Amino acid sequence: MWWIWVVIGIVLVIAVALIGVYNGLVRKRNQVKNAWAQIDVQLKRRYDLIPNLVETVKGYAKHERETLEAVTQARNLAQQVANAGAGARAKVEGELSSALSRLLAVAEAYPDLKANQNFLALQEELTSTENKIGFARQFYNDSVLRYNNQTQVFPSNIVAGMFGFKAEEFFETTSEVEREAPKVSFT
Amino acid sequence: MWEQIRANRIRSGFIIVFMGALLVFVGFALGLYFFGSAEAGAVIAIIAWAIMMLVAFSQGDNILLSLGKAHKIEKQDHPRLYNIVEEMTIASGLPKIPDIYIIDDPSPNAFATGRKPEKAAVAVTSGLLQRLNRDELQGVIAHELGHIGNRDTMLMAIGSIMLGTIVILAYYGSRVMFFSGGNRRSSSGGGGGGGAILLIVALVLLILAPIAARLLYFALSRKREYLADASSALYTRYPEGLASALEKISGSTTQLKTANNATAPMYIINPFRKKGMAASDLTATHPPTSKRIQVLRSMSGASFGEYDAAFKQVAGKRGVVPHGAMAAVAATPLRAASAEADKTTDTEVKRAREVGDVLWKKNNYRTIDCQCGARLRVPPGLKADSVRCPRCNTVHKL
Repeated sequence: MWWIWVVIGIVLVIAVALIGVYNGLVRKRNQVKNAWAQIDVQLKRRYDLIPNLVETVKGYAKHERETLEAVTQARNLAQQVANAGAGARAKVEGELSSALSRLLAVAEAYPDLKANQNFLALQEELTSTENKIGFARQFYNDSVLRYNNQTQVFPSNIVAGMFGFKAEEFFETTSEVEREAPKVSFT
Repeated sequence: MWEQIRANRIRSGFIIVFMGALLVFVGFALGLYFFGSAEAGAVIAIIAWAIMMLVAFSQGDNILLSLGKAHKIEKQDHPRLYNIVEEMTIASGLPKIPDIYIIDDPSPNAFATGRKPEKAAVAVTSGLLQRLNRDELQGVIAHELGHIGNRDTMLMAIGSIMLGTIVILAYYGSRVMFFSGGNRRSSSGGGGGGGAILLIVALVLLILAPIAARLLYFALSRKREYLADASSALYTRYPEGLASALEKISGSTTQLKTANNATAPMYIINPFRKKGMAASDLTATHPPTSKRIQVLRSMSGASFGEYDAAFKQVAGKRGVVPHGAMAAVAATPLRAASAEADKTTDTEVKRAREVGDVLWKKNNYRTIDCQCGARLRVPPGLKADSVRCPRCNTVHKL
């Protein structure tokens, strides 16, 4: 009868290992989801800040219509694809980032604007939101990397295949320039 | 991050177990002396420790913060600080943004407390806010959040309470022994020759235990500093920020008024430092700052692996980052400095004024901006119903 116990033992060990790997995958996938939600929060926050910024800048810099329109357009476009996947979104958001950094660079030329308290507060908010998007993306990509690794390496890939854990998409920016926060001054 | 926390727990577990053993030994010694029973003493020591833990934890998380002139701030009080903490919360993946405090102290320093990430707090001194630019402040905050994320704050809380218990028990135990020892021993009646030797051993233990416990506690804290530095580099992707901040902080010679021996390990930089502190000093709570800066500056990337490589290169020793943690994130590129170019608007004077405003407000002073440009501070207890601007003589109604 001893072999029954051996079989039961082996089955138990496999079951425990399976549960461990499964839970690990679920935890990592949840972390990816949380990280994505955080990016989403910050991107939405940026949509909300932009109209305010555009209004404030308009009052002081009437001749920068093109730059202002580019920002507004990029924002509206980004908002339209707000429910798309990470890959599609990253590109549009990257364009919005560069339009914004152009606007803030233009603002440097207007001393009155730079003395405006409202503008300074908006600038700090926007710079920080830009940073937060960057850090959220950083954390998201790290989480995706860890999760994807686990869905691909042996033996956890077997469990991942059994329960349908699919690899997640990275949130990549398209160009090197956008990797950095926009060049604005901190005041 | 998780691999790191696990490795930390194991490594620190040893130190805590050692400290626990010391506590039990002190209990043995006391029990043997006063009751003739080692076990009873050990039980009493553990009960004393448990009571101190309970007291410490029921008092809320931030005993440290209640000590000094710490003011909790909200976003509108100091948007830049709040934003930086929020940025680093996101970068570190902490579940919730910690409470933020400003301590009214010209000495630049910072610390983190809280026994779990959900209930953590970071505190910075007004001197720090005044001296550091955005990138540097970000580096420091990331270091503090690194402490919270790596569960160092919890560990240090447990460690410091254990150290406190050992010190108190040993101190009062040896006191009582010296003054009333003789009677006790003869009345217990059981002491033969073996008993006398045991008692001497007990006495020696009582004297040595606090010293040993303190060394262990400091060893615990030194390791943590390197790890928090590595975390800071990883979160910000910009080790130069922290390096430059450490340089500025260590250049300052003012001592922090609110720190004491037990709380010293929790600060970003040892508040009692002297210039030219010996590198291998066992009693140091922090590694030498010059070495920390050197390691940060020789990093080729921002990951733990790259911090470890830089550490090996500088110190020529075994690395400081646990292996499990290094594999987690592969080589990570650094980022460029954020635009700090506009030196005219981000000056020390301006930052000092900014943090000054927060502290006046937190002390319930009212602020009146006179049309002549002067800024009047009205103390909270003022009985008069109007004040006169000393510059232009305008009378302001309150």
